[in-house]
Amino acid sequence: MIAVLVAFLLGALFAIGLGIGSMTLPAKIIGFLDVTGAWDPSLVLVLGGAVVTYAVMYRMAIGRGRPLFADAYVLPGQNRIDVPLVAGAAIFGIGWGMSGFCPGPAIVALVTGKTEVLSFVAAMIVGMWLHDGIAAWRQREASAAANLPVTGSADG
Amino acid sequence: MNASALLLPLAGGVLIGLSSGLLLLLSGKIAGISGILDGAVSLRVGRWSWRAAFLAGLIAGGAAVAFIAPQRFPTSLPQPPPYWIGAGLLVGVGSRLGSGCTSGHGVCGLGRFSVRSLVSVCTFVTVAAVTVYVTRHMIGGAP
Repeated sequence: MIAVLVAFLLGALFAIGLGIGSMTLPAKIIGFLDVTGAWDPSLVLVLGGAVVTYAVMYRMAIGRGRPLFADAYVLPGQNRIDVPLVAGAAIFGIGWGMSGFCPGPAIVALVTGKTEVLSFVAAMIVGMWLHDGIAAWRQREASAAANLPVTGSADG
Repeated sequence: MNASALLLPLAGGVLIGLSSGLLLLLSGKIAGISGILDGAVSLRVGRWSWRAAFLAGLIAGGAAVAFIAPQRFPTSLPQPPPYWIGAGLLVGVGSRLGSGCTSGHGVCGLGRFSVRSLVSVCTFVTVAAVTVYVTRHMIGGAP
């Protein structure tokens, strides 16, 4: 129950932060990305404020050893820089550059009820399902291949 | 550039960092929105309720922003719906394939000094900048 309430309040705080930073305005994101046009540094300032704040709190969290209301931290285990990371970032970058929306601001902007935002979010969810479905299928294929029985002669 | 144009984005960023940091300190979770959304809509991950609650909070916060400062939201998005559908699909696929987005890699990853996240951020910012150049300056410039 606490976890749900905390999550709800923190989601609201996150949205307010996005709003204060004007990150809910695609024009601001495009303005930052538009390096040859009239450059808007807002995103750098937002990211800077966010990263510094998070870095401090991350140190605090690790220093504590465990979260206040949970058993352990759930941190990303992956350390390798691999093809999915870079390919995914590139694909994400195209969509983000096209729209000026990434997941957070898009969900927050749903309150406008605009068709464009609804379409974007619906398509984003479909994209996630697509990725998850393909990833799960590939994992099943890999497991099946690993479990194939050994067939007798070496020339198989 | 006046002071509020610098201070407001910084303040907004601090709130985002605070929210993400508290999610970690209190619940032990990474505030990567693409991961939170993916987990909530897939329903296969155990205990999806905190994810749904966070997303509901995003929307509630959005309603507060819309009420207090409606100018923070776009009034017109001129491209036709298929454009937004295409962009959304790419963001959905890309964020999951790449294990994160601007919040997961950009805020939390960089905040943890993750090289993996740095590579991701550099990649998606560069590609996005090129995309903006192509869509705004080459193919019939839009706002």
